[in-house]
Amino acid sequence: MSFISKPKVANPSLPSNELGLNRRDYEGSMSTLCAGCGHDSVTAAIVQAAYELALPPQSVVKLSGIGCSSKTTAYFVAGAHGFNAVHGRMPSIATGANAANRNLRYIGVSGDGDSLSIGVGQLAHVIRRNLDMVYILENNGVYGLTKGQFSASADIGTKSKKGEANEQEPIDPVLLALALGASFVARSFSGDKEQLVPLIKAGLSHSGFAIIDVLSPCVTFNDHEGSTKSYAYVREHSEAPVAADYVAPQREISVSYAPGELLPVTMHDGSSVLLRKLDPDYDPTDRAQAAAYVQERAMRNEYVTGLIYVDQKRRDFHARANTTDAALNSVPFERLCPGAAKLPRILASFR
Amino acid sequence: MQPTNTRDPDYYHKVVDCQWACPAHTDVPEYLRLIALGKYSDAYMVNRESNVFPGILGRVCDRPCEPACRRGRVEEKPVAICRSKRVAADLRDDITPRLPKAPAKKNGKRVACIGAGPATLTVANDLLPIGYEVVIFEQYAIAGGLMRTNIPSFRLPAKVLDEEIGYVIGMGADLRLGSPVASMRKLLDQGGFDAVFVGTGAPKGKELKLPGRNDTDRIHIGIAWLESVAFEHVDKIGERVLIIGVGNTAMDCCRTSLRLGAKSVKVMARKPRGFFKASEWELEDAEEENVEIIVNHAPKAFVVADGKLQGMNFERIEYVMDGTDIKDQRVVEEVFIPCDDVILAIGQENAFPWVERDLGIEFDKWDVPKIDKASYQSTRPGVFFGGDAAFGPKNIIWAVEHGHQAAISIHKHCVGTPLDERMPRGVNLQSRKVGMNEWSYKNDYDASARRLMPHVSLKDRFKRLNIEVELGFDAGRAAEEVSRCLNCDIQTVFHASLCIECDACIDICPTDCLTITTNGDEQDVVTRLKAPRLNPDQPLFVSGPLKQTSRVMIKDEDLCVHCGLCAERCPTDAWEMQKSWIKIPYAEDEARCQSEPALRRA
Repeated sequence: MSFISKPKVANPSLPSNELGLNRRDYEGSMSTLCAGCGHDSVTAAIVQAAYELALPPQSVVKLSGIGCSSKTTAYFVAGAHGFNAVHGRMPSIATGANAANRNLRYIGVSGDGDSLSIGVGQLAHVIRRNLDMVYILENNGVYGLTKGQFSASADIGTKSKKGEANEQEPIDPVLLALALGASFVARSFSGDKEQLVPLIKAGLSHSGFAIIDVLSPCVTFNDHEGSTKSYAYVREHSEAPVAADYVAPQREISVSYAPGELLPVTMHDGSSVLLRKLDPDYDPTDRAQAAAYVQERAMRNEYVTGLIYVDQKRRDFHARANTTDAALNSVPFERLCPGAAKLPRILASFR
Repeated sequence: MQPTNTRDPDYYHKVVDCQWACPAHTDVPEYLRLIALGKYSDAYMVNRESNVFPGILGRVCDRPCEPACRRGRVEEKPVAICRSKRVAADLRDDITPRLPKAPAKKNGKRVACIGAGPATLTVANDLLPIGYEVVIFEQYAIAGGLMRTNIPSFRLPAKVLDEEIGYVIGMGADLRLGSPVASMRKLLDQGGFDAVFVGTGAPKGKELKLPGRNDTDRIHIGIAWLESVAFEHVDKIGERVLIIGVGNTAMDCCRTSLRLGAKSVKVMARKPRGFFKASEWELEDAEEENVEIIVNHAPKAFVVADGKLQGMNFERIEYVMDGTDIKDQRVVEEVFIPCDDVILAIGQENAFPWVERDLGIEFDKWDVPKIDKASYQSTRPGVFFGGDAAFGPKNIIWAVEHGHQAAISIHKHCVGTPLDERMPRGVNLQSRKVGMNEWSYKNDYDASARRLMPHVSLKDRFKRLNIEVELGFDAGRAAEEVSRCLNCDIQTVFHASLCIECDACIDICPTDCLTITTNGDEQDVVTRLKAPRLNPDQPLFVSGPLKQTSRVMIKDEDLCVHCGLCAERCPTDAWEMQKSWIKIPYAEDEARCQSEPALRRA
């Protein structure tokens, strides 16, 4: 942890986006996480993605629960709205906020403890709801804030810092999401921004629930020999069946790839995600195959990374609930709250 | 790319832009930190080791360090290095006990120095402590050379000169005032000296041969006129003065004129402002005193009627510019500008009428002696040149550096070792870590703007010639100003074997200096830097291959603000902040090295 703040001086060659903001404008306050924490790299990837998408900071809502990961929402897009929820309860807050104002971009940041232990019920239901948000799960396999006990995502056989091996089955958030019908499922690594930044951008453009499980090593309690979530282990045991490139709406797809290898997915906002197949047999739109593939690789101690599954046709929370198109704060008060006189009629309609 | 060899003393030296740009390689960040701590005497001594005249140079140095200052690249204005140096000099305690002393037992070698200016005084400063007998021949009745005669006392008070010259002479130099050397032959044949150093400056002002030049006595040569003012032979000038030329001497001439009774002073420049030779700050100081600078006027003729100077005719020129270059020019009209006096300040050159041409000291086709650029020796062994006498007009800080190098050469000449086998520079590194995220330097970036130098009011400064215009920074203002220093000598040292490629340093670096990428040749690698390389003259650090992926860490030194955040955010101490000490060898080191052979082997 540093005691000085990051100097405001920037490289004069730093470019600006369409809003006239440069990357530094999307930063937040100084991180107080351990030096070398993977979460800080995820933060940097979010900053980069928000800058590249030229998100107006005031259109962003950042939400989190409790834990090391959940501190990180303070470290990006200082001009955004934010809510730091009770442990594991961020999905409910996100649902309420999104129900009230569907015009904002929701970025939830959580960890393996917040999402897979105390908050696993909340996570399960927000996936089912297909709420329009990006859910970034910073996954390091330990409870860092309480000094490194195994979390629910710790793999069998992985060693604690003291040398004990984990015996319990891990919850794989990717498989969980696939099982519960998530419409955008990805996995990445904090040390691979070339992969992570386009995934965050694609997730933000995706209409519906986008979960990105980011392997984000705990440099203090889980970066030793024998750990399956250390920098070195993840680097050696990652494999991406497809590579995803994000293409902004106004850009033409000009990159040339070998035919048959390229699968463009058009997002609801007009942007595209170009999927380049690295494994010719892999189909990221086939949910059953995706689940099988991830499971099979896991048995071989491999992390499947990249955009694992995407479905643009599934209807999101608002479509299913048939809500109004406008944010509630833009609906006139008389319409939003018709008053006691109209209440009997409304009640009658449910009889 | 090959891993960068940071053991090369020049690598980290180059990162300290100010020290690299300083001809005498003053350890600027080190003394600025000492000023911040209020250790003015220590700061003075750090200065004195390399530049010998901190009080003088803190007022009138040409400050090559400031345009080089990194602060000027990340922000608009560099640190006010020069004037901070003056603070060290102004606020120091008595440092005489800390000055080098000449040994009681001399080494039996005698050196003659001609001209008591900065080059000679540096030679004496370096040679006296190692046992040389130094005889200084000075034509005038007072020492200082150009510093005394050409720099007006309202910029450089006599007291400051006397003190710092006194430190050198006080070591036991044999200063012979009023002793011009009329014949080099006689000095070489009859002087009994083991070596001769010529530090006679560039005392000849350039002429402007135009019609009317010899018809009046109101046309003066700038440096000669300044000299006459310094020696109080001249104490007044006409009301309307034209200065021809726009270099630093011109600035001194126009400001001096204002103090001797001139009411209207115009500096006449042939070209547009971008071509002025004068330093920006000297122009500012002159313009503050309402000196008018008139551009695009080429002198045509002096107009003299009835034996009295009436004024000058100029051709007004229109330039066709291509960016900053002149593409074409044409004369638009002829203009007459009335005046009472004209001062010519269009350059100066060295002159050696007293050096016989058959002594083995060769002169080139411009009648300038042929001097070796590293040893400062002429073509006659044992005769050395330095300062403006060597390569024409430069400035004081260059003269000091010439003096240091010539002193080494003179020593090597006297002990009979080859002049070109000089001690190399060295570099020492020492960690600045004193705890978790604690450093023994202030790494927090101070966003303050450059402090302004307070001046004596325009009403009061003209009352006497020798009222020093700049008041100097007080302790508080100096402390604020030196806090702007980025501590470029606190180096980011990288240990590739410790890096786990977590990207923490890449993410935190405020100026995007760092990149981890696959290696390749330079052209290829620079295309993958996190931020484009803006300044190819600045060094690029390339590490050896990293453990996990065999990629390399690259640092573009250009905009590093030495905040130390890369080291603070590094979980494995792969980045570390270390102070670099650039070891610059002096004559004393050569002497010690020679007496202790073990040192030479090391």
